[in-house]
Amino acid sequence: MEIIEKIINGDRKVAAKLITLAENDFSRAQNILKELYSYTGNALVIGITGPPGAGKSTITDKLTKSLRKQGKTVGIVAIDPTSPFTGGALLGDRIRMQDLSTDQGVFIRSMGTRGNLGGLSPATQSTVRILDALGKDIIFIETVGVGQAEVEIVKVADMVVLITMPGMGDDIQIIKAGIMEIGDILVVNKADKEGCERLVTEIEMMLDFNPKSRWRPPVLKTIAIDNIGIQELLQEINNHIKYLNESGELEQRRQESVKKEIFDLIQEKWKEILSSSINNGFLNKIAARIVKREEDPYTAVKKLSNILIHSYTQGGMNK
Amino acid sequence: MEGKKIRVLIAKPGLDGHDRGAKIVARALRDAGMEVIYTGLRQTPEQIVETAIQEDVNVIGLSILSGAHTHLFPRLMELLKENKVEDIVVIGGGVIPEEDIYELKKIGIAEVFTPGTNTRDIIKFIKEKVK
Repeated sequence: MEIIEKIINGDRKVAAKLITLAENDFSRAQNILKELYSYTGNALVIGITGPPGAGKSTITDKLTKSLRKQGKTVGIVAIDPTSPFTGGALLGDRIRMQDLSTDQGVFIRSMGTRGNLGGLSPATQSTVRILDALGKDIIFIETVGVGQAEVEIVKVADMVVLITMPGMGDDIQIIKAGIMEIGDILVVNKADKEGCERLVTEIEMMLDFNPKSRWRPPVLKTIAIDNIGIQELLQEINNHIKYLNESGELEQRRQESVKKEIFDLIQEKWKEILSSSINNGFLNKIAARIVKREEDPYTAVKKLSNILIHSYTQGGMNK
Repeated sequence: MEGKKIRVLIAKPGLDGHDRGAKIVARALRDAGMEVIYTGLRQTPEQIVETAIQEDVNVIGLSILSGAHTHLFPRLMELLKENKVEDIVVIGGGVIPEEDIYELKKIGIAEVFTPGTNTRDIIKFIKEKVK
């Protein structure tokens, strides 16, 4: 397939168009992604998350520049929220990464969450694979994460770096929200601000109370805008890669991620079957009966399930 | 929320530092359901085109207040041609004299929106051009 050839040979225009297709028409994109899959699996995927304003984009920019000096190529997926009211999005992460736009070794794609609740764009996994096939050694996924809802990134990334900053007034919130559980490396950025030491201490205490498997997340201090602490952060990222490989956890994580992806895709398939086999008129009639108490929802669902299964076995899923 | 979204790159090339207009347009386009990639100040035409390719945008909107439009726009159009992405719609905004607009359209700028333009007109124009 010509598109595949072009992507594995580094054609960024074709890669960009495929990403757009994955966002707008996933069914069509799947046919190409299927062929592309065997060319993926080489990149290391690192999630960068944390509350807005903490410095995620700046840190991603500095890490990328450092990695480029080491001769590595980088892909960056920068995700910002889509407005639930207008469907539009202001994707401004590139402002902090301006120097990178003419570096041929870096590919940056900005995406909106498009109604997805987990903090990622629905096409994130596809985009990561496309950049992987394009030949990028490291892929950063940068997204806002402030609560327990934004844990999707754990399922897509090989490791997660959580960025916080002092003085946000919600130290207790962060701990309560459990978001700390998703960070493999914890960073307190803007470390020159007041409250830094206190925040580090609170985080360390929280880690004492909730020991994670065999890897205790290191807590680092950075002042990203002045490039302070970035080399140490890279060092810890490398330490964690070593740990993931040696313990076999990398393989495990990737398998868990694939399991979730399979379930998500199957769910989507069933939704498709549901909407194609049960027409709206029929559903309206059933709903009217249920509201009038002529039928209960549980029995109705059982009947509908039988229709679905019948539809599946008779018609088949030849897509 | 599958389906096509119009992606617009709003860039400020050159050396001027006033971006209030660009930000107002960016927000208006977002409120009209578009995905707006805002790259910030002091972009070179090379940076703008590379960004446009990676982000696969439908529209590039350039905001220029410094009078550098006579040099920056042609350079941009040249680069778009070189990279074979001439299908991207290019619009301009900012302080651009009436007499220059004709020349700009000749080299392929789809429209120029001068100060005082209603953002509704920009939105309508984009939606019609990107079908």
